Amino acid sequence: MSKELELTCIICPASCTLKVTVEDNKVIKVEGNLCPRGVEFAKNELSNPVRYVMSVVKVREGDLPTVSVVTRNPVPKNCIWQVMEALAKVEVEAPVEIGDVIVKDICGTDIIATRRAKKI
Amino acid sequence: MKTLEYDTVVIGGGPAGIAAAIKATELGLKTILIENRDLLGGIPLQCVHTGFGLHYFKEDLTGTQFVTRLLDKLEKLRVEYLLKAHVHSIEYLDYDKKLVNVVTPQGVVRILTKTIIYTTGARERHLYEIGVVGDRPDGVYTAGEAQTLMDIYGIMPGREVVIIGSGDVGLIMARRFALEGAKVKAVIEILPYPGGLMRNVMQCLRDYNIPLLLGHTVVKVVGKKRVEKVIVAKVDENFKPIEGTEFEIPCDTVVLSVGLRPYLKVLEKLGIHIDPATGGPVVNEYLETNIPGVFVAGNALVVNDLVDYAVEQGELAAEGAKVFIENKGIPTKNWKLVEKGRNIRLVVPHAVSGERDVIIYARVANPERNVYVQIPELGFRLFSYGVRPAEMIWFKLRKDMFSKLGADVNKITLEVKPR
Repeated sequence: MSKELELTCIICPASCTLKVTVEDNKVIKVEGNLCPRGVEFAKNELSNPVRYVMSVVKVREGDLPTVSVVTRNPVPKNCIWQVMEALAKVEVEAPVEIGDVIVKDICGTDIIATRRAKKI
Repeated sequence: MKTLEYDTVVIGGGPAGIAAAIKATELGLKTILIENRDLLGGIPLQCVHTGFGLHYFKEDLTGTQFVTRLLDKLEKLRVEYLLKAHVHSIEYLDYDKKLVNVVTPQGVVRILTKTIIYTTGARERHLYEIGVVGDRPDGVYTAGEAQTLMDIYGIMPGREVVIIGSGDVGLIMARRFALEGAKVKAVIEILPYPGGLMRNVMQCLRDYNIPLLLGHTVVKVVGKKRVEKVIVAKVDENFKPIEGTEFEIPCDTVVLSVGLRPYLKVLEKLGIHIDPATGGPVVNEYLETNIPGVFVAGNALVVNDLVDYAVEQGELAAEGAKVFIENKGIPTKNWKLVEKGRNIRLVVPHAVSGERDVIIYARVANPERNVYVQIPELGFRLFSYGVRPAEMIWFKLRKDMFSKLGADVNKITLEVKPR
C-alpha cells in the first residue's frame, strides 16, 4: 500500500516542497525537487534524519571572544545534544583558522571552526 | 583637512560592499571602502548557521565562512578601506563629482569621487513599529542583537524566550536559544503563514518542538526591571487583536524578528527616490538611483533572503560605476519600466534597457501554489510549484528576449498567474 506525504527540503534555501510517495516504508517517488539532493533528503528524512549542528565555543586571547563551529558532516538528530554538551566544555586558544578541528571524533564526525580568531 | 580622490567610494563593509569594492578594483577603478564598525564583514560574521553561498560559490557555507572568503580576496587585492569611519554627509557637486564627508578617529576626511556605491544594509524593525504597548524593561532584543551577543560575544541574553515574528533571523535564533539550553516558549506571528523560509520553520522550530502561533500577536510586554511576561491575543483578518482571546506567556526575554528596512539615512538627504514597496531606492538595471553615479546594492537596495544576492548586486553596481565613468553617465536612452502585475508585491530593478542580460528580484504579495511567473510582453514564463512572500523570486532575462519587443513599448509587466 502506498501513501503520499509532504516534506520541506531543508538542504538549501530554495526550500522545495517535496511530494513523497512511500510504499512498504520505502520511498518510491519524489516530486517537486529542483535538484537530485531532494530525493536523497527525502530518503534520509524518513529513515535516519541528520542535521548539521552549529554553535560557538570560547576562545582565549582572540580578537573576538568566540569562534563559530559546525559538525564536518551532518549527525543523526538524536546526537545533537551530545554534540552541544561536548561543545559547552571546550575552550580553545587563538589563533584559530577556519577548518581547524575543535573536537575530534564525535558522533562519527569532527567539529571544525568556521570563523577565524586572530591572536591579540 | 585631507581631501582624497577616488573613482568610487563604497559605503558599508558588509557582503555587498566588500563584493562591490573587490569588483570595482578588478575593473581598474580607484576604490575605497568605508565601514563604521571596527571590523569588516557585516552581518554574516555573526551567522554561524549554514545556507550561505549555494548560489554564488556553489557550496553550502556558514555565514562566517562565506564572508571570510570575500575578506581574503579583498586583502589579496589590497583594496583600500577605512574602519571606524562614519559617513556624515554626501554633497552632490556635479554628475561626476560628489564629496563624501567622513568622520574618522584621525579627524574629518573629505573624499572627492566620481561614483558612490551605497551598501549600508538594513535595520531591524522594533516594538514601536508594530504597535506593542506596555512596559519597556530589560530583556527586549532584536534578533540581530541577540545574535551579536550570543554568536560574537558568547553571552546568553536570557533563559525563557518569546520570539515575536517568524522572520528568518528569528527562526534561526529560536534554534540557537534552544541549542544553548534556553526554553523557547513560542514564536508568535501575526500573519496566517510564517515570515521566514519553510526550511527554517522545519529545522529550527519543528526539530526542537517550538510552538509557532500563527495569526497571533503580542499586545503587551509586562515587567518592572526585567521582562516578566507577554500578553498574547489572536487577531482577526484585519490583524486586530480579538477581545477575549488574550492569554499570558511568562518569560524573561522577548526577541523581535519583525522585518528589516533598507537603511538609507544619508542618501535620503540627497533627495533619493524611494520605492514604498521595497523601502529602498528606485533603480535602473545597473542599480543606479535617480542621482547620477549613485548606486545602491545589498539590503540597502531591497531586503534579500540570500547573502548571495547581496554580493551579486554589489558586483553589478561596480560594473555600473565602470560604465558610468567610461561613458560620462549611463548611456541608455530608452528605459522600459518594470511594472508590478498580479500578486507581485515588489520588483527590482525598476527600469531595464533590453540592451544586456538583467537579473530580476521580486516578491509575491500572497502565497500561491502551481503558478506561472511571467512577463507577457517578452513571452517569458516560469513554472513554480509554490511562491511565498518569504522566498524571493530570482531569474535572469536574456538580452535576446527583448528582441520581440516593439521599439515603442516602454514597459514590461511581471505577474503571477495560476496554471
